[in-house]
Amino acid sequence: MSRVRVLVGTRKGAFILTSDGKREKWEISGPHFAGWEIYHMKGSPVDPNRLYVSQTSGWFGQIIQRSDDGGKTWHQPGTKPGEPTTTPEGMPMGESNKFVYDTSPETGKPLTTHQWYDGTQHPWEFKRVWHIEPSLTDPNTVYAGVEDAALFRTTDGGQSWHELAGLRGHGTGPQWMPGAGGMGLHTILLDHQNPNRMYIAISAAGVFRTDDAGQSWKAVNQGLVSQFIPDPKAEVGHCVHRIAMHRSRPNVLFMQKHWDVMRSDNAGESWHEISGNLPTDFGFVVDVHAHEPNTIYVVPIKSDSEHFPPEGKLRVYRSRTGGNEWEALTKGLPQRDCYVDILRDAMAVDSLDDCGIYFGTTGGQVYASPNGGNSWKAIVHDLPAVLSVEVQTLK
Amino acid sequence: MIRVGLPYHLRNLARVDAEVQLQVDGPVTQRTVLNALEARYPMLAGTIRDHVTQQRRAFLRFFACGEDLSLQSPDAPLPEKVATGEEPFLIIGAIAGG
Repeated sequence: MSRVRVLVGTRKGAFILTSDGKREKWEISGPHFAGWEIYHMKGSPVDPNRLYVSQTSGWFGQIIQRSDDGGKTWHQPGTKPGEPTTTPEGMPMGESNKFVYDTSPETGKPLTTHQWYDGTQHPWEFKRVWHIEPSLTDPNTVYAGVEDAALFRTTDGGQSWHELAGLRGHGTGPQWMPGAGGMGLHTILLDHQNPNRMYIAISAAGVFRTDDAGQSWKAVNQGLVSQFIPDPKAEVGHCVHRIAMHRSRPNVLFMQKHWDVMRSDNAGESWHEISGNLPTDFGFVVDVHAHEPNTIYVVPIKSDSEHFPPEGKLRVYRSRTGGNEWEALTKGLPQRDCYVDILRDAMAVDSLDDCGIYFGTTGGQVYASPNGGNSWKAIVHDLPAVLSVEVQTLK
Repeated sequence: MIRVGLPYHLRNLARVDAEVQLQVDGPVTQRTVLNALEARYPMLAGTIRDHVTQQRRAFLRFFACGEDLSLQSPDAPLPEKVATGEEPFLIIGAIAGG
């Protein structure tokens, strides 16, 4: 029988929730890495027992953890104890928790500056890994989206990470700027049909697409409108909160932007608004049903100043028409006095026949629906604030 | 042997219980102690000093023998009692809480 494993990253550690295919009874393990911020954890589609975790701390920096047994044991895939940590020249070696921006002349992409909150230029400074995206074909290849925004890749199972410098080399870096949460590269979408194509999204820069496996990038933000930048229709500078696609239809993208829910039918070349009858089109998450490419989910948040559900009612909205026509899903969700937030990496779906939908809140609840959103239940409700939720469907 | 005290999170990361003891050949300084610490526990590389600049991370302090050594040169000799193992070299995280 199929099983489901939910990987939950929180402000104070990681938790792993497991259930059988009925998704009624859940076992909880954790906290793993107690006391650390777990921005994201995700498993390899090729080897589901291979898990990668971004473990961070404002005190101690960035750590990458890896499990080869589905989260029972963990290790840092870097230098072995006793081996030197510096080269003979005294330079630090490529340990697994080392993310260093590429300034090599070979890439032709020198480190630029980006826009700071006050409009001045600011140097790139690595802070943390926001998002981990394992390759669709190789468990040792993983992409990492980091703050300050850049894309890194490992091809040795996390032992060393190297920047795909062509993204920052796009040339628009001086126009990128941090949102309130920092300037993070938070979304990485891999095209299931074209191994050379991927999409990334940055707050606040926008969406970029590569068609040559990360060597060069194109800003694909036409149609986005953002009132907080001098030119609301600029090529870059948009605060994209999340994008999502269905694996069978990689040219169709859905976006939850700072304001506006958007859709592209041409691989990001142009976007149009699909907010329709949503009570507010501000929010962070967006995801797609595992078997219905036109069924999408968002959780509306009142506004950019009030990060909680409108009217204190936690409602997931589902569109079965690819946008514009939305229905509120409320069964099992609190409909009064609810003032939690749902962060951008905190929604995921499983791939069982009756698709399961999952999301985590800053109040520490993880809600699950085993029936495509028709009804919900908190499968755990007193965790630290949830930063990310990922789901693995295990055969 | 040099004794080094680590904050809670780094003890967990390095999977050690209390103080760690290190052999340091040559002068005993912040740099040589941290080099020995990272060589013994490579998972700590980057957690105390920045990977690139090798500067102490902003929210960490170095104490020993009742003194704050955080702002001393990384190549300055540490107190004799640290070098002899009589006193530990303490790596302390800044207070968090309210």
